[in-house]
Amino acid sequence: MSAVALWVRRGERAAGAGWLRTVDHKEIGVLYIGMGVAFFAIGGIEALLLRAQLAFPQESLVEPAVYDQAFTVHGVTMILLAVVPLLVGFANYVVPLMIGAPDVAYPRLNALSFWLSLLGGLLLYFSFAAGGAPDTGWFSYAPLSERAFTPGSGVDYYILGLAVNGAGTIIGAINLAVTILLMRCPGMTVGRLPLFVWMTLITTLLIIGAYPALSAALVMLLVDRQLGGHFFDPGTGGQPLLWQHLFWFFGHPEVYIMVLPAMGMVSEVIPVFSGKPIFGYRFVAASSVAIAFLSFGVWAHHMFAVGLSGAEQVFFAASSMLIAVPTGVKIFNWLATMMGGRLRFATPMLFACGFIAMFVVGGLSGVSLAVVPIDWQVTDSYYVVAHLHYVLFGGTMLGVFAGAYYWFPKMTGRLLSERLGHWHFWLTFVGLNLTFLPQHWLGAQGMPRRVFTYAADTGWGPWNLVSSVGAAVLAAAMLVFAANLLRGLRSGEPAGDDPWDGFTLEWSTTSPPPPANFSRPPTVRGKRPLWDRKHPDAMDPG
Amino acid sequence: MIARATRTPAFATDRTLLGVAMFIVSESVFFLSIVVAYVAYRNAGLAEARAHLDIGRTALFSVLLFSSSWTMARANAGQDRRWLAATALLGALFLLGQGSEYARLLASGIGPASALFGTTFFTLTGLHGVHVLAGLAAIAALFAASRRRPRAVRPVAWEAVAIYWHFVDAVWVVVFGAVYLGTLL
Repeated sequence: MSAVALWVRRGERAAGAGWLRTVDHKEIGVLYIGMGVAFFAIGGIEALLLRAQLAFPQESLVEPAVYDQAFTVHGVTMILLAVVPLLVGFANYVVPLMIGAPDVAYPRLNALSFWLSLLGGLLLYFSFAAGGAPDTGWFSYAPLSERAFTPGSGVDYYILGLAVNGAGTIIGAINLAVTILLMRCPGMTVGRLPLFVWMTLITTLLIIGAYPALSAALVMLLVDRQLGGHFFDPGTGGQPLLWQHLFWFFGHPEVYIMVLPAMGMVSEVIPVFSGKPIFGYRFVAASSVAIAFLSFGVWAHHMFAVGLSGAEQVFFAASSMLIAVPTGVKIFNWLATMMGGRLRFATPMLFACGFIAMFVVGGLSGVSLAVVPIDWQVTDSYYVVAHLHYVLFGGTMLGVFAGAYYWFPKMTGRLLSERLGHWHFWLTFVGLNLTFLPQHWLGAQGMPRRVFTYAADTGWGPWNLVSSVGAAVLAAAMLVFAANLLRGLRSGEPAGDDPWDGFTLEWSTTSPPPPANFSRPPTVRGKRPLWDRKHPDAMDPG
Repeated sequence: MIARATRTPAFATDRTLLGVAMFIVSESVFFLSIVVAYVAYRNAGLAEARAHLDIGRTALFSVLLFSSSWTMARANAGQDRRWLAATALLGALFLLGQGSEYARLLASGIGPASALFGTTFFTLTGLHGVHVLAGLAAIAALFAASRRRPRAVRPVAWEAVAIYWHFVDAVWVVVFGAVYLGTLL
């Protein structure tokens, strides 16, 4: 945490133990981001292990049992311990600033949320010391996850870790939602909320609606494993498919929980670096609401291969394709925002543009997976791995990097290096396409996901090697990012309050902001309050 | 309940009440998932449920729990500790009833591990029981705080505990319907 401790000026409060006791939304935001960065590094190392093992056919770098644990923990780590804390961390830091609030609605609960989320992660990783990590995949399908087939304690730690982490995430979501609904400064109407705040609000509502279904499924699995229950035991009338239904009722909204805040970050960055207000503010906000509603009606598209009825297939295929419409609306809004703008390709903007391009690829392969016969062909293959990584890495993580470069000066008072930032972006962009684009072809050729190795005569060797080289490039990109962060913290140029000529309230206070955020509570009369203040002659129409 | 809450302090402007409402939404999704599992397995366990569940006796204890919503409403309306104690007593009696039902079922060899009926029954009713217990803890905390430092307890604390208690009660309406009345269909 010591590196993290440098991120924020400590003000008058004590350093060190202060991080354990803090209830300040900015410090808790930094703690969340620190947790996300740490687990992102751990999950990344796990991914490198997987790619090293798969680089050549018939390799035996790691034991099969270790491989199974590595891909399981990689998935859980990246989704629940890296991406979600990163997004929640940025929301925690930025949302109160953007709406002109002194803190979140419940500062102490905020600390509880963070520590529960972290405890969940530690519980999951404690499984390594307790006899072996879970090795049943991140969605831990029953009956494989039942005690009869996975007798070790790994799945039990998975259950406890996810349940505790989920409780923290739910409490945090309630906190942020109430903050956004009730803590806005005078004039900050719902129709003037910055889009990152809009997306965060929708995300929190998705968390409140989706995470409890996972908690319930985890309780059932725990009853099966620890009390000898029969929920998912087909031998006594239980239905393993019930796990899949409950898991994906959580799991698909979870996809949007992970991407909507990143879309929000991009929706902040693109207008500022285009020198224009966002095109079609209402459409961007409303399409997010549409995505949120639809996301609760698409879960069984993860289950086309289990033998759904014809009506179910048609329903879930149609709803899944429908969700591409509001998503496409956003893409065109961002492009239209850039059109005719004075574009500045600083690092945040590069990552935002990368987000659009990569998310379109991931979105299109997603639509192809909604076509039931295609799904039957490529289900559980590397095609799915390629798709989800285009969405989560090419989408969410590029969005997070855009947000990180955009808000780092606000959080630290220092600028990151543009030169290293450009290196970081281009290495990431090349690396992620090298890693994940060939996986489409591997999947189409029939390479199943989660295999420990493959025979040479399958012909999968060359593309796997390309993919593993891409992973190494990605690792190099992350090292550049780490170097940039450390350099920026130590000797970055002073940023000033408003280094990007921003539009929203966080840029109106000091960098980093004082404990109560604003010297006087701000008053707002448009969608771009800081623009209005800087250009009294050309204010936005109220 | 919502109509009460919109009076003072109002639902849509009070942080605590809005948070409690969102918490209850998340809890509803949680219980709904468990109820869905129970209903999905209803047929597999129906014969056992019909043979072993004591509807009349549980209905009696359910009436105690349902009436505790009324005492809670009185407690909340006057911030009256006596009505609060009555609520806790009714809740505790309900839990005793559940406990005796559990003891009877376990004695006749029906437990979480015996078959699907036991698994689903004990999970659903057990999770509800844990929520009643949490409600009793909240009532106890409110009771103690309002006695020791009455001025430090804001009216909204009463409101919040009451809303949660009504929710626990409402869940039992669904559980009693699905588990006990379900055997009559």
